[in-house]
Amino acid sequence: MSDTYYTRDHEWIRVDGDIGTVGISEYAQEQLGDVVFVELPEPGKAFDQGDEAAVVESVKAASEIYAPITGAVVEANGDLDDDPSKVNADAEGDGWFFRMTVADPAELEDMMDGNAYKAYVAELDD
Amino acid sequence: MRYLPLTDRDRRDMLAAIGVAGIDDLFRDVPPAVRLDGPVDLPPHQGEMAVERAFAAWAGQNLSPGRAPSFLGAGAYRHHIPAIADHLIQRGEFLTAYTPYQPEVSQGTLQYLFEFQTQVALITGMEVANASMYDGATATSEAVLMAGRVTRRNRVVLSAGLHPHYREVARTNLGYLGMETVAPEPDDDGGEADLAALVDDATACVVVQNPDFFGRLHDLSALAAACQAAGALLVCAVTEVVSLGAVKAPGDMGADIVAAEGQSLGNGTGFGGPHVGLLAVRQKHLRQMPGRLVGETADADGRRGYVLTLSTREQHIRREKATSNICTNSGLCALAFNIHLTLLGERGFRHLAALNHATAAGLADRLAAVDGVTVLNDTFFNEFTVRLAKPAGAVVEALADRGILGGVPVSRLYPDRPDLADLMLVAATETVTEDDADRLCAALKEVLA
Amino acid sequence: MSAPETFTGNRGLQLEEPLTFETGDPALSAVDLPPVPEAPDRLGGLAREGEIGLPGLSEPQVMRHYLRLSQKNYAIDAGFYPLGSCTMKHNPRLNEKVARLPGLGDLHPLQPVSTVQGALAVMDACAHWLKTLTGMPAVAMSPAAGAHGELTGLMTIRAALEAAGDARAKVLVPESAHGTNPASAHFCGYGVESIPANDRGRVDLAAFKDKLGGDVAAVMLTNPNTCGLFEDEILEIAEAIHGIGGYFYCDGANFNAIVGRVRPGDLGIDCMHLNLHKTFSTPHGGGGPGSGPVVLSAPLAPFAPLPYVVHGPDGFRLVEHAADSDGRPFGRVKGFHGQFGVFVRALAYMMSMGSDGLRQVSEDAVLNANYLLAGLKDDLSPSFDGPCMHEVLFDDHFLRNTGVSTLDMAKALIDEGFHPMTMYFPLVVHGALLMEPTETESKETLDLFIATVRDLARRAKAGEADSFHAAPRLTPRRRLDETLAARKPVLRWTPPAPAADAAD
Repeated sequence: MSDTYYTRDHEWIRVDGDIGTVGISEYAQEQLGDVVFVELPEPGKAFDQGDEAAVVESVKAASEIYAPITGAVVEANGDLDDDPSKVNADAEGDGWFFRMTVADPAELEDMMDGNAYKAYVAELDD
Repeated sequence: MRYLPLTDRDRRDMLAAIGVAGIDDLFRDVPPAVRLDGPVDLPPHQGEMAVERAFAAWAGQNLSPGRAPSFLGAGAYRHHIPAIADHLIQRGEFLTAYTPYQPEVSQGTLQYLFEFQTQVALITGMEVANASMYDGATATSEAVLMAGRVTRRNRVVLSAGLHPHYREVARTNLGYLGMETVAPEPDDDGGEADLAALVDDATACVVVQNPDFFGRLHDLSALAAACQAAGALLVCAVTEVVSLGAVKAPGDMGADIVAAEGQSLGNGTGFGGPHVGLLAVRQKHLRQMPGRLVGETADADGRRGYVLTLSTREQHIRREKATSNICTNSGLCALAFNIHLTLLGERGFRHLAALNHATAAGLADRLAAVDGVTVLNDTFFNEFTVRLAKPAGAVVEALADRGILGGVPVSRLYPDRPDLADLMLVAATETVTEDDADRLCAALKEVLA
Repeated sequence: MSAPETFTGNRGLQLEEPLTFETGDPALSAVDLPPVPEAPDRLGGLAREGEIGLPGLSEPQVMRHYLRLSQKNYAIDAGFYPLGSCTMKHNPRLNEKVARLPGLGDLHPLQPVSTVQGALAVMDACAHWLKTLTGMPAVAMSPAAGAHGELTGLMTIRAALEAAGDARAKVLVPESAHGTNPASAHFCGYGVESIPANDRGRVDLAAFKDKLGGDVAAVMLTNPNTCGLFEDEILEIAEAIHGIGGYFYCDGANFNAIVGRVRPGDLGIDCMHLNLHKTFSTPHGGGGPGSGPVVLSAPLAPFAPLPYVVHGPDGFRLVEHAADSDGRPFGRVKGFHGQFGVFVRALAYMMSMGSDGLRQVSEDAVLNANYLLAGLKDDLSPSFDGPCMHEVLFDDHFLRNTGVSTLDMAKALIDEGFHPMTMYFPLVVHGALLMEPTETESKETLDLFIATVRDLARRAKAGEADSFHAAPRLTPRRRLDETLAARKPVLRWTPPAPAADAAD
């Protein structure tokens, strides 16, 4: 059983047991356009919720990706080094950025679920 | 006024079209108290003849190295620039184009910069080069900041053999980012102790110059190994790029970053600028590199073309998180470099370097025979250091009185080092003739007697 | 891939040209050098071995290579180049001629100063013009370009603040600023905080004052700003920043709008760089070289970097070391003495224009921009009410629901024979189109440009989006794949793989 949560900055985190997988939303990848590079954190790196964790770049923009929760990186998606277009093709699947520990599950409670995020994005587009 | 195409009638018609009574209405957002009523206190406009006359008079007050035997180096070198190079850089399509932000109408600029990047990578023995920096001194400083980002360390070792201006610029820039500089002073003959001893596990980089400021050549391999063992980068500065046609390339001796002054190819000494900075790195450090990069791609019809790329490193996108604040660089000087090196080609570049070296070697032997002159270098490319029997500053002035630009007194750059006051740097490029060498030797005999 | 229409791929005067590395023969050289005299090698065993990999060409081949490349460039010499905030004005050739005079172009920077009195006089005269035009008492001549001038100016400010005991922590920068401003502040060790704009496109004075505190070192404003508007509350801004002991940095990229009519010194500015390659007509050269002297107020003058020219009893002198200085120079920012060759050109321009001509420059530049605004305001969407200064800003509101973007408009303008305006800058309006005509464009040129842009706007609104997306069609290359370039960077030529490996 896994649950996906979203931040207002368009990151998602899918928690499975005590590990969360982090990426950017389908909406975010559309806004960015063709992703050309993703700078990923080293495994072992610890973040507080809201810390800058990664950078995703298109041709004309670079956006910081913030740690959605507090925890430590356990794995980065090395496939993105060779093929950053995976973020465009499957932002909420194969285009994940990194996996991290979940230090405080309570942090997830303040985040949006899929439906709430859909409503949030719809409002942004108005 | 010859540069202004609007007539008074145009101006009247345009004001009417805009719907205002006079030009002052367009400046109405300027607080009245600070609007000037009339021209500032400077001379009025002048025709070409008058302006040209003024500059001819200023030029006449200088001793042109083209009219005097000249042996000046120390980071700027007089070489012969083929006539076609200066002609081509004055093509309006090159001279008066902006930065190639619209690639469909900038393929000329983009292609020559791509060729330039390739040339710089090849001659320095590195993998990737950018599309230029301001000059050698600022390129070296950028290399050091880059090494700080790559290693996430903040201690920097600057060799005593690094050009004093390069040292000063690096020291000036580093302080603001909390970086610590270790910069040993040269010995009284311009030498220094082994730098490997200064490398520790907090060191971001060691910066050396080859040939060094005093003209000596160094095998960097051992120092490169020491840096690598400590996790530091080796930055090699080159002030005379023609040397790369004769001397082992820094990249082939293990340098991680090469920062160079490219003036010697295609660009005159120009009283110090504009020159062109070169920066070449290893592919793995590419994303920490400052400055513009041109990359190959394809157009909508599948034809090969070039664009500015990896721009997310740069200030116009990344703002305060950019790898550098540089925007305008040395585009046209890079073109001059590119054209000159293309003209030379592999064979000409090697020949030019060999000719420089042989000319300098011949001069060193002749100077060594002059009483009161000691050549200090065992090794050099086209510049070496001599110790004179009198203070070098006064000797150089006395030579200038005889119409000879004899060398750079080390005291010009190290005025606080009396033990270096007798040292003079002497450069001999392909422009030095036998007659020039005769005159220098004869004059030195007189001056030192 | 559509097939080329000709066997060669050439199209009349548009000639395809390979890289030099793909042509010629390494045995060739376009330079004849004298033979190398016999002399023992002093390279200490460090002779370079093996091929470097450079190609070889003869002079006629080199001539054609670069001439053909030049023909693939747009240039101010060829046509209208309304790039906002770039001041693409005519580049007089007298400047080039005097910069090449023997005795100016060929001087060595370390010649004895007794042999370069004329060159120092040129630097001094150039400095005098810049100081007089800006109403400032001092100028640091050595910065190599605008961004370098920004950094130098901030270092000067920091030195003055440090001398007073506190360098402070941050610099305030408007959101509409050039990216170089926050980058320069960072490299001077300062944090950057944004200042919001008001609905008139200027600094929101109240919000600005709220941000002022003892930790603010300086404010960095561009005036006129990058929306092409004069900061009409600039005197209040100056008073407020001075009130907390901070300094006022002005980005002088847009000085062309006010040269000869307004002196920054009268506005309370402490520090401003001048882009000699913009206002003062020196060529952009496809991206440089520039020159960015920084004028300084009296409190900042003592901290100016080395070197600088002084006039003494024996003529001009260069102060190259702190020990020789009467002031407290913060350091050195560049090798040698600055972009001397650019000083020569800029001075030739200033002397040619004179005080009367330079005043006419800003008048005509502002007039031309307002004429564009008047001609385009009904078909495009101006971002702010006029009058504007030397450049005019539109947003992409007029393209709403057309399927045509600012980028598409730019590419369509290329097919019409114009260089596009600045796109997507400043960031404070959506889909920005920033146009700066400069004073060196004729009314005929502006009329044709206005008519062209209006025609494009009408075509966009008429549903011709597809033709915009296909533009440009008439250029040496059509739209280039920037994503491909960034994903798989190819930054240099490499020799093709040996035939055996390449065979399918």
